[in-house]
Amino acid sequence: MSKEWPLWEVFIRGQHGLSHRHVGSLHAPDAEMAIKNARDVYTRRNEGVSLWVVEAQHIAASSPEEKGPLYEPSNSKVYRHPTFFDIPDEVGHM
Amino acid sequence: MYAQLVKTAGTGVKTREEMSDEERNFQDRVDRDEKIEPKDWMPDDYRATLIRQIGQHAHSEIVGQLPEGNWITRAPTLERKAILLAKVQDEAGHGLYLYCAAETLGVSRDELTEELLSGRMKYSSIFNYPTLNWADIGAVGWLVDGAAIMNQVPLQRTSYGPYSRAMIRICKEESFHQRQGYDIMMKMAEGSEAQRRMAQDALNRFWYPSLMMFGPSDKDSVHSAQSLAWKIKIDTNDELRQRFVDQTVPQAKYLGLTIPDENLKWNEERGAHDFSEPDWAEFFNVIKGKGPCNVERMEARVNAWEDGAWVRDGLLAHGRKKSAARTAAE
Repeated sequence: MSKEWPLWEVFIRGQHGLSHRHVGSLHAPDAEMAIKNARDVYTRRNEGVSLWVVEAQHIAASSPEEKGPLYEPSNSKVYRHPTFFDIPDEVGHM
Repeated sequence: MYAQLVKTAGTGVKTREEMSDEERNFQDRVDRDEKIEPKDWMPDDYRATLIRQIGQHAHSEIVGQLPEGNWITRAPTLERKAILLAKVQDEAGHGLYLYCAAETLGVSRDELTEELLSGRMKYSSIFNYPTLNWADIGAVGWLVDGAAIMNQVPLQRTSYGPYSRAMIRICKEESFHQRQGYDIMMKMAEGSEAQRRMAQDALNRFWYPSLMMFGPSDKDSVHSAQSLAWKIKIDTNDELRQRFVDQTVPQAKYLGLTIPDENLKWNEERGAHDFSEPDWAEFFNVIKGKGPCNVERMEARVNAWEDGAWVRDGLLAHGRKKSAARTAAE
């Protein structure tokens, strides 16, 4: 069994009420230490007000080969964007 | 530059005809400035070279804590001590960002550590020079971090996503390092005659080792051309060194200190300074392990790793026990 501490991915909520955002990763023996280490490694300059850590092995990710089938279908559906529809100026703001 | 003499894997730049379809697609993406991400296809040589380069860069950040750590307990004021402590802590953070970036390429942290401790992977030659007095801490911040910034700013645009993101974080923090060094130099240069002499002496000793940080002239190297094509090197060693000299000359002048090079002069025609090359025999000697502090630096790293083993093992055992107890309770 490897003696290396598990890898954790670190997410930080910035000051302005935004979602938690991935900032990087680190090694730690458990969640508690991962939070402490993340505080030291990723928030030395007021980067955030809340931390999430999750063990990297628990993250499922889409693979680059699926990029086409997964994301291309939305390219043809331009009507999902409001700019697709022309609204006459007389109608006012919509 | 924290990565020197990184050997580029492979046989040099291939023509488009020599490339496989995958290689051509990859090069097109790099040429379009698309970032390459960990799970994307990449040439084996690109991966191997990046592991060497990012690993060496990470090791330099970690070993780089030693010469400065030497002065934390001896800083002249409490404020200087707090600042130096923050700077050294940043260097640890930079090492960690970079190790994580290297790990996305499929190498483990322990493997990287073992490569450093066995001497198979190098760290920047600059950290094999001693910091003899407080002025050296000023010179290290001003010149060594200055040279590092010169190299790291363009690397923010490097083709490998995790490396580029690590560089962006590092560059944001690095400018504090150089300024705190220059601030020390200003204080010393404006101080007593003895302080001014210390500042000049620190500049004398750190000038050429700082120029060596960019590595030897690489204009004739095939390997360098491949790293440039992959955008894991953005400028040549000579371009960066020239930029560093041009930037530093007025800074030294402001301090009233003399750069220890009688050939240093402005070349109107080139729009740049002419200057003397560092002693490359000395550089290769230091790289080979024969610098003033190589043995001491490696001993410090090996001891830290070995003395810390029981802590790492204990915390890991505790973590596993807690997670097993939680699973059993569910």
